[in-house]
Amino acid sequence: MSAVGSTRGLLTPTAPTPAKRRRRFLASGEGIAGLAILLFVVAVALIGPLVAPHALDAPIGPPGAPPGDGAPLGTDVLGRDVLSRVLYGGLSVLRLSVATIALTYLIGGTIGMLAGLSRSHLDPLLMRTVDIFLSLPSLLLILLLIAGAGQSEVVLIVAIVLVLFPGAARIVRTATLEISTAGYIEAAVGRGERTVAIMRREVLPNIAPAILADLGVRFSSAIVLAASVNFLGLGASPPAANWGLMIAENRPIITTNLWSVLVPAAFLALLTISVNMIGDAYVRSLGRSDRR
Amino acid sequence: MSSVAAPPEATVAGSEPPARAASPGRPVARFLRRRLAAGLGTLLVASVLIFLATNALPGDVAQVVLGKSATPASVSQLRTDLGLDEPLVERYGTWLAGAVQGDLGQSAVRRAQGVPDAPISEIIGTPLRNSFVLALITMALLVPLSLLLGTLAAVRAGRATDYGVSYGALVLGALPEFVLGTFLILIFFSQLDLLPPVALVPPGASPLANPDALVLPVLTLLGVSLAFCARQVRAGVIQALRQDYVMMARLGGLRERRVLWRYALRNALGPTVQTFALSILYLFGGIIVVESLFAYPGIGQLLVQAVSTRDVTLVQGITLVLAAIYIAVNIVADLIVVLLVPKLRTGLR
Repeated sequence: MSAVGSTRGLLTPTAPTPAKRRRRFLASGEGIAGLAILLFVVAVALIGPLVAPHALDAPIGPPGAPPGDGAPLGTDVLGRDVLSRVLYGGLSVLRLSVATIALTYLIGGTIGMLAGLSRSHLDPLLMRTVDIFLSLPSLLLILLLIAGAGQSEVVLIVAIVLVLFPGAARIVRTATLEISTAGYIEAAVGRGERTVAIMRREVLPNIAPAILADLGVRFSSAIVLAASVNFLGLGASPPAANWGLMIAENRPIITTNLWSVLVPAAFLALLTISVNMIGDAYVRSLGRSDRR
Repeated sequence: MSSVAAPPEATVAGSEPPARAASPGRPVARFLRRRLAAGLGTLLVASVLIFLATNALPGDVAQVVLGKSATPASVSQLRTDLGLDEPLVERYGTWLAGAVQGDLGQSAVRRAQGVPDAPISEIIGTPLRNSFVLALITMALLVPLSLLLGTLAAVRAGRATDYGVSYGALVLGALPEFVLGTFLILIFFSQLDLLPPVALVPPGASPLANPDALVLPVLTLLGVSLAFCARQVRAGVIQALRQDYVMMARLGGLRERRVLWRYALRNALGPTVQTFALSILYLFGGIIVVESLFAYPGIGQLLVQAVSTRDVTLVQGITLVLAAIYIAVNIVADLIVVLLVPKLRTGLR
């Protein structure tokens, strides 16, 4: 839930230069803190599987045992090491959200740029088609697709992309429309360049701030949606380790070993909060603020 | 602010023909007609999407529901029962025609389990009511609380309350519902032992019979949406406080409290209603997760169960009903905004 949606003022000549933006971003405590937290979580997710002391599906003690020798965070609902599963469980969260966000902007960006550059009926046609996927609430559409196509990582990625790309397409279209009358675009069209080349070389670099401003919120939605589906038990199948799934699995033993729920929840919280902090700091480094 | 009052702009500008000023209710009626038509169109598109998503993708429903060990005879029996042998377009027509008359078909899984009659419209009745109760309580708390917090933060812009609301929005709004709900369970159940960690409702009982159980689910939904709404209210009030009429009211010697309530807050309401509409729409997703976390027998939990057992017909029915409610809420919210903000009304030709 966010009010981001307008690109006004981001792409005008008065917009701050990249150097100034970087200075402003680094001067904000929020941006630095967000980056530090994100780096920490990403490091745990990437390095975790290499340093985990136990296998992710090997029972090492009684179910739901509190922290003790050999298991600093205790054991989970099936007697497996919570620490090891936390260390393994970040990778799938990262993989899912990075894959969805990349596809979201690849598809949404292409459609948005095509629609924004087109001066024909292609624009309304593309945007109306995109709107179809907004006729249902996000999580509802995702669950619908899982019900139809079965439970798998590919289905989950496709479903989340379908939910997220309409918004990305709209942002990119608005931004493209705003610069579509600029001299450098007209010149490229006049030179007879191909649309793909214009999109890549002229449009994309110039609408990058608008995309980046939108990225934080959308990335955080991707993480939340993927984690929620995993929590509902409709994503990764056991014995896979995934922070969302771990919270659901270990709910029954919350009274005997609360760490089995608290630690994955804390990692997910740090991940989404840090992404939002970075996004917020970036948007404010552009001089546009919805806070003041 | 009743809908019969003439839009102030019309009288101030004086350029409006008197005929229009005499029937100010008509633009709203026209707006409502147009919105309803568009809403029906959207619902039709949604129904096609729902039907295609659950039918055109690979995998035979009857086979999936009965499992790999099912005999070919029982699979073909279930196929006939559910009408799966007909062509796709015909099945869509039958399904839609039934849905319009309130018949959403039969639950595939329950039929496969040998239940002779399992109408979806009956299965979803009670869960839908339970979810409605949960959503209603949440909204009843969300609206006054966010108006209060948002106004407080706006009046004290740049001070502690303000930063609390702003950073609360950033942190709480970023969390997945189940993470926030888990933290609340850890605090109020594991540590303080104050509240139950589940919100079970016995069959036939009202969810209101055991209000304790509803506290944590409502708190979770509030936590994610309250800070967001308060932040939007704050922005609206700050904007309104900068206007000339507020300065005029102050210069005129009105008390600050009166200036705030009669002038600033009233004018900040328009965008705020849209914020609340957004948060109702948010609840459609939030409730699915929160009901599963607290084992609350609502429509969201039923949907998740239906998805995991791949009860495709039940999923279709639930999604269609929720889509209809979703679109209706959108229209009502737009209507309220138009009624509250006369300025928008004059723009509706």
